[in-house]
Amino acid sequence: MTGFTPLASLIGGMMIGLSAVLLMLWEGRIAGISGIAGRLLPPYRDSAFLSRFGFVIGLVTAPIAMIAVGDVEVSQTVSSNIPLMLGAGLLVGFGSVWGNGCTSGHGVCGLSRLSTRSFVATGIFMTTAIITVFLIRHVIGA
Amino acid sequence: MSFLINLALGLLFGVGLLVSGMSDPAKVLNFLDLAGTWDASLAFVMGGAVLVAFVGYRLVLARGEPIAGDRFHLPTRNDIDARILAGPALFGIGWGLGGFCPGPALTALGLGATGTLAFIPAMILGMWAARLLGEGSASPRTV
Repeated sequence: MTGFTPLASLIGGMMIGLSAVLLMLWEGRIAGISGIAGRLLPPYRDSAFLSRFGFVIGLVTAPIAMIAVGDVEVSQTVSSNIPLMLGAGLLVGFGSVWGNGCTSGHGVCGLSRLSTRSFVATGIFMTTAIITVFLIRHVIGA
Repeated sequence: MSFLINLALGLLFGVGLLVSGMSDPAKVLNFLDLAGTWDASLAFVMGGAVLVAFVGYRLVLARGEPIAGDRFHLPTRNDIDARILAGPALFGIGWGLGGFCPGPALTALGLGATGTLAFIPAMILGMWAARLLGEGSASPRTV
């Protein structure tokens, strides 16, 4: 069980949305994490490497900054099943770049732009994710 | 300068993920578990983010050009090809297995959980494989 946190989730979501809007205002790019992280690897097609690197450093240091600044608790319950997490990582990395976006690029930025492709992509990844969790928790019973 | 602005925006994005609960795989998996311990919180994350971006993008795009870039880099494609079906399908399976999508996984890196340290290199390898394979296909990268 995890507690229902509508207010914190709404506020956090609005911060994510604000970051996406400000990135568009500053340099005209979509705040899609798979696109930003995936393009840190060669081949390089443009000169935005430093910008992308900065954004990823910001993401990585966010929990450290939160713990340092406030007396907040950062709670993450991560599975320690190594083969499962390796498989999950491969699928998330490959699938998000192959489909041109993930939860942020399609789910937030794309839906906000009313992109047809993003509505399709978001519908598909929500569906396969829900089916996967159903199979693992209620059919296999892990 | 762009490095520092992006660092600040990445930090804002990351803090948003942490505050919202999106960065916690347990919360994500419960959100996806409609038939079990369903936690609807993450619907509010997407709702809040889309609300702000829907309004904010309109205000920003009305400017004509970004502050530091030459133009707005917006995806223009509308076609539904095999990649926009297969990519998200695979991504969703991985998301349902581990409870991590790319942003939250990166915010978890510094906390150093064993599962995260397995997930991140695999994710990067997957991303790279998709990029290298994609170079050979006709589908242009838009996001």
